[in-house]
Amino acid sequence: MLNARDILETITMIQDEHLDVRTITMGISLLDCCHSDVDIMCQKVYDKITRYARDLVATGEQIEKEFGIPIINKRISVTPAAMILASCDNKDAVKLAKTLEKAAVACGVNFLGGFSALVQKGFGPGDRELIEAIPEALSVTDHICSSVNIGSTKTGINMDAVGLMGKVVRKSAELTADRDCIGPAKLVVFCNAPEDNPFMAGAFHGAGEPDCVINVGVSGPGVVRAALAKAGDCDLTAVADLIKKTAFKITRMGQLVASEASRRLGVPFGIVDLSLAPTPAIGDSVAYILEEMGLECCGCHGTTAALALLNDAVKKGGVMASSHVGGLSGAFIPVTEDAGMIHAARCGALSLNKLEAMTAVCSVGLDMINIPGDTPAEVISAIIADEAAIGMVNSKTTAVRVIPAIGKSVGDELSFGGLLGSGPVMPLSTYSPAKFINRGGRIPAPMQSLKN
Amino acid sequence: MRAVITVIGKDMVGILAKVSTECSNHNINVLEVTQSILQDMFAMIMMVDITKSDIPFTEFSDMLQKIGSDMGLSIHAMHEDIFNAMHTI
Repeated sequence: MLNARDILETITMIQDEHLDVRTITMGISLLDCCHSDVDIMCQKVYDKITRYARDLVATGEQIEKEFGIPIINKRISVTPAAMILASCDNKDAVKLAKTLEKAAVACGVNFLGGFSALVQKGFGPGDRELIEAIPEALSVTDHICSSVNIGSTKTGINMDAVGLMGKVVRKSAELTADRDCIGPAKLVVFCNAPEDNPFMAGAFHGAGEPDCVINVGVSGPGVVRAALAKAGDCDLTAVADLIKKTAFKITRMGQLVASEASRRLGVPFGIVDLSLAPTPAIGDSVAYILEEMGLECCGCHGTTAALALLNDAVKKGGVMASSHVGGLSGAFIPVTEDAGMIHAARCGALSLNKLEAMTAVCSVGLDMINIPGDTPAEVISAIIADEAAIGMVNSKTTAVRVIPAIGKSVGDELSFGGLLGSGPVMPLSTYSPAKFINRGGRIPAPMQSLKN
Repeated sequence: MRAVITVIGKDMVGILAKVSTECSNHNINVLEVTQSILQDMFAMIMMVDITKSDIPFTEFSDMLQKIGSDMGLSIHAMHEDIFNAMHTI
């Protein structure tokens, strides 16, 4: 039987601590839309997406109301677009991006992810055309998110792709310079990309996924922080225990929403991504959890250890609460999307070097970081290479989403609005890695034994 | 199907009457009521059966929310499953 304390706890979590389901993401396979004529292919893509996702937003809103849980985003992820583009004689990637945009608008979703290519070992047909079209595609669309996987633990790192992505990130910023360089905020460069991730901008529907699937991403950094604040002084064993219990509750809610959405839409349930995803709203910050643990400011020494504890405890608590866990699952550290991180970056407590160390223990990587507008493409490539190396060696997902702030320098700010937030431009090392990056080739896959 | 109605806010005359009248207007049976004062705030929790309700649950929930905001209270009607999912293994 339910007791009053439990009921009020749930209400407080939702009302005061920003508990929400961050996203219901419908994954749709486009593999059966392949056609040698790009126009026919685009028509098939549009028809399939709008047919499958027709009721997604309405169903999400209905569940939101009945269960009283805010569901912030309804999204779609599709098969990496480069895979279907490969079938066309005329590989017009921008046309495909515009078609995806039209479908996203018709369905009323917040974002559509999957303008993607998987090139961890080399470029297949369509891959290069798609990657080169990313800057234009992101500048002429509002809802399309793009990602490129350039490395994995099993294949090593494709440094030719890393070199290319540095230029693509920079060009995306240049083409959207009049809109606070929003382009690269919708572009993620992955190592070990998960195929069932519901979170943007890195969501895509992997080739091993079923025709259509429902994945749900939960959130709730505010709830974890509030629970820690209530606990007061206790040792770190107790802190880890408390985070596990809270993550369990959050994930159970995600599981309920996922199975309900799956039942109502008649689409199989895929996974729950049990992530702590911050938003710029005060009180919805991962950095504040770390500070609640006892750090004066996120970014000080001790931050990596605190984050490691948090990330692990979230997974341990969440795993039992859901029948299938997947995606990125863990704590996100996107700088401009997290009020505490923004503050730490502004006051200088949080540096890029510390963020890089944090990515070795968090669930993703260098996320939503504004860098100086005059940063050369090779430096961006080198940031990507460093980050991919951490992911490759540690068998984890890492990613880079940096935004070159065209025309701005350290201390200036970029503001994207909404969940993408805002933040200061952070300094980078000014020494050049150009020769290393321009060598190209591949970094071989790492040893999986002799671990030390 | 059962739902939980929670009313949180400043205590005043007629809260229980207002909410339960609304329930009876729509053929919703009240199964259980508990109320307490929590941190100086009045908190009432009602378990109701909405199986025979004459309006869709989302509409009923909107209606209660409106009554709540008129009285300066926060009223939520939520499906019972959410609480079961979060607080039982």
